[in-house]
Amino acid sequence: MTSDISYKVIVGLEIHVQLCTQTKMFCGCALQFGAQPNSRVCPVCLGMPGVLPVMNKHAYEYSVLVGLALNCKVAGFTKWDRKSYYYPDLPKNYQISQYDLPLSENGFIEIPLESGETKRIRITRAHLEEDAGKNLHTAGNFSQVDLNRTGTPLLEIVTEPDMSSGAEVKALAVELQRMVRYLGVSEADMQKGHMRFEPNINLVITKGGKEHKTAIVEVKNLNSFRALERSVDYEVQRQLDEFIDSGKVMEMGNKSTRGWDDDKQMTVLQRVKEEAHDYRYFPDPDLLPVELDDAWLEQIKSQLCELPIKKQIRYVSEYKLSDYDAGVLTADRSTAEFFEEAVKAGGDPKRVCNLITQVGLKLANEAGCGIAELSLTAENMSELAKMIDDGQVSASAGNTILEQMTKTDKAAQVIAEELNLIQKSDAGELEGIVEKVLAENPKAVEDVKSGGKKSKKAQGFLLGQVIQKTKGQANPKVVSEILSKKLS
Amino acid sequence: MSEKIDQAQVKKVAMLSRLDLTDSEVAEFTTQLSAILEYVEKMNTLDTENVQPLAHCLPITNCFRDDVVKESLGTEKVLANAPQRDEEFFKVPKILDDNSGA
Repeated sequence: MTSDISYKVIVGLEIHVQLCTQTKMFCGCALQFGAQPNSRVCPVCLGMPGVLPVMNKHAYEYSVLVGLALNCKVAGFTKWDRKSYYYPDLPKNYQISQYDLPLSENGFIEIPLESGETKRIRITRAHLEEDAGKNLHTAGNFSQVDLNRTGTPLLEIVTEPDMSSGAEVKALAVELQRMVRYLGVSEADMQKGHMRFEPNINLVITKGGKEHKTAIVEVKNLNSFRALERSVDYEVQRQLDEFIDSGKVMEMGNKSTRGWDDDKQMTVLQRVKEEAHDYRYFPDPDLLPVELDDAWLEQIKSQLCELPIKKQIRYVSEYKLSDYDAGVLTADRSTAEFFEEAVKAGGDPKRVCNLITQVGLKLANEAGCGIAELSLTAENMSELAKMIDDGQVSASAGNTILEQMTKTDKAAQVIAEELNLIQKSDAGELEGIVEKVLAENPKAVEDVKSGGKKSKKAQGFLLGQVIQKTKGQANPKVVSEILSKKLS
Repeated sequence: MSEKIDQAQVKKVAMLSRLDLTDSEVAEFTTQLSAILEYVEKMNTLDTENVQPLAHCLPITNCFRDDVVKESLGTEKVLANAPQRDEEFFKVPKILDDNSGA
C-alpha cells in the first residue's frame, strides 16, 4: 500500500539571534543575564507615555555585519515598524521590528553536509527587532512578568525553504552560531536563549505518480540544536503517517503551530487564535530611518573576517587536515587563529593540529577557557611541533611537555631538558646499546632472522628492550633503522 | 451615504485592540470612522505615481546613541505603578495559551 510512496522534506527556518551589545536596542538599560527581576528596566522598556526610543548604533552595525556575512544585499535605507503585540512582556503593546524595508535581504549561507560537501541555503532576509520580556507561569493562578529582557536587540534571520532534513537544519544552526561568534556579534549561548529557532516543515509526497503537499507546520521557540533536529525529524514522520492514515493534504488545512515537548520528544499542536496574526504593521513615528552610505558600509565591511566554513575548507585543502580536524579547529575563532599563528611560526599543520586537538583543547577545557587564553604562545607551540617532527622528543613526550607549558612560562626545549625527555637520536651511541641488547637476546635475534610470523614480533621486542635500556629516551625511528640494518 | 466601514469591521478592530464596545458604541464609532475614512480618501485623488512612500515625516535620518549603559530605574520604581506585584515581578492574570515571545 505504501510502497509506491516517495517524499521530499521541505524546511525553512527562522532564527532569532541575541546581539551582544552592552545595552538594549532603544534605551541604555544594561543587558545582563540573570539580574534581579525588573532591575534593568526604564520608562522606555515600560512603554511609558512620552518616552522616545533611540537606536543603539552597535546593534545596527552588528546586524549589517551579519547581513554581509550572509551575502545579503544590505539596504542603503531602512526603517522601523510597529507590530501589534498583546502580551504583558512588551507593555507598550507593540514590538518594534522591521517590515517592508529590512536592513538586509536576498543572501545565502553555505552549510557543511555530512558528505563533506557544502550546500547553499538562501537567506530571505535578516532584520533587527526588539525582544520581549519573560512571562512566567509557575507561581499559581496568575502569571509573573520580568521586563529585564524587554528591548534586547534581536536579529531575525529567515531562510528560504531549502533544507531537506533535520540534520541539515541543525547544520545551518551550528554554522550560524559559529559565524556570529566569529564576527563577535553574539555570544550565541544556547543555555541563555541567545539563539531561538522556528522551523517550518512540510512534505511533498509522490503517490501513484501524483504529487501531494502536506500542510506547513511551524514549531515554535526551540532553543537547542538537539530539539531543533529532533522536532524536524519528528514532524517529517508525523506528517507522513498522517498522510498515509487520512490522506490529509495542504488544501484541507492551513498552516498550524506546534510546540516541542522535550519530555515526550514529540511536537504538540498549539491553539493559536486566528486574529493573533493580524499584526497591523505600520511605520514607527518615534524612530528615524537609517541611511547607510558607502563609507560607513566599507567601515563595517572591514570588520568581516574569514568565515568558519571557508576556513574549514581551506584547512582541508591547504593543510591536508581531515574535515573532522578542520571542523574542531575552526569551531571557535581564537582556536583557529592560534592554530594559524603556530603554523605561520613554522609548525607542521598536522602536528600542531594534533597537539591542539589531542591535548590543548582538553587542557583549555579543564581550565575553563579557550586555548588562546592558556599561557601558551603560538611560537612555543610551533617549537614543540618541530621538536616532535625532528625526533627530539616522542609524540607522547610532546603531550607531557605541552601540559607543562601551560603551567609554566618555559619554552618547550627547556621543559624537555628538565624532564629528561630529549630522545637519543645519535646513531653511534644507540648502536652500542643495540649491540648489547642483541647479545643478551639470542633467541629473539634468531626469530627475526628466521623470518615468518615470529619475525615481526621479535623485532618489536628488541626495539622495546633498547627503548627500556635508554629509559624511554631512544628515538624509536633511529633504533628501528639500526635494528633492521644489523639483523638483515 | 454608503459607509466606508461596517459594524462587523468595527467589531473586529475593537477586538484586535482589546476594546469591549457596547452595541450603541459600535454604531456610533461606525458612523464616525466612516466619516474619517471618507475625509482621508480625498488623498486618493492626488497623483502619487512618482512619489516615494514616506517613511518618516521628518527629513532626518541616523539618530543613534552610543552603546553605553545608563542607570535603570531599579526594581522598586519599576513596580511602583503596577496594579499588582508578586515579589520582584509584575503580577498579571494567568496567561492562557501563551504565544508570547519575539
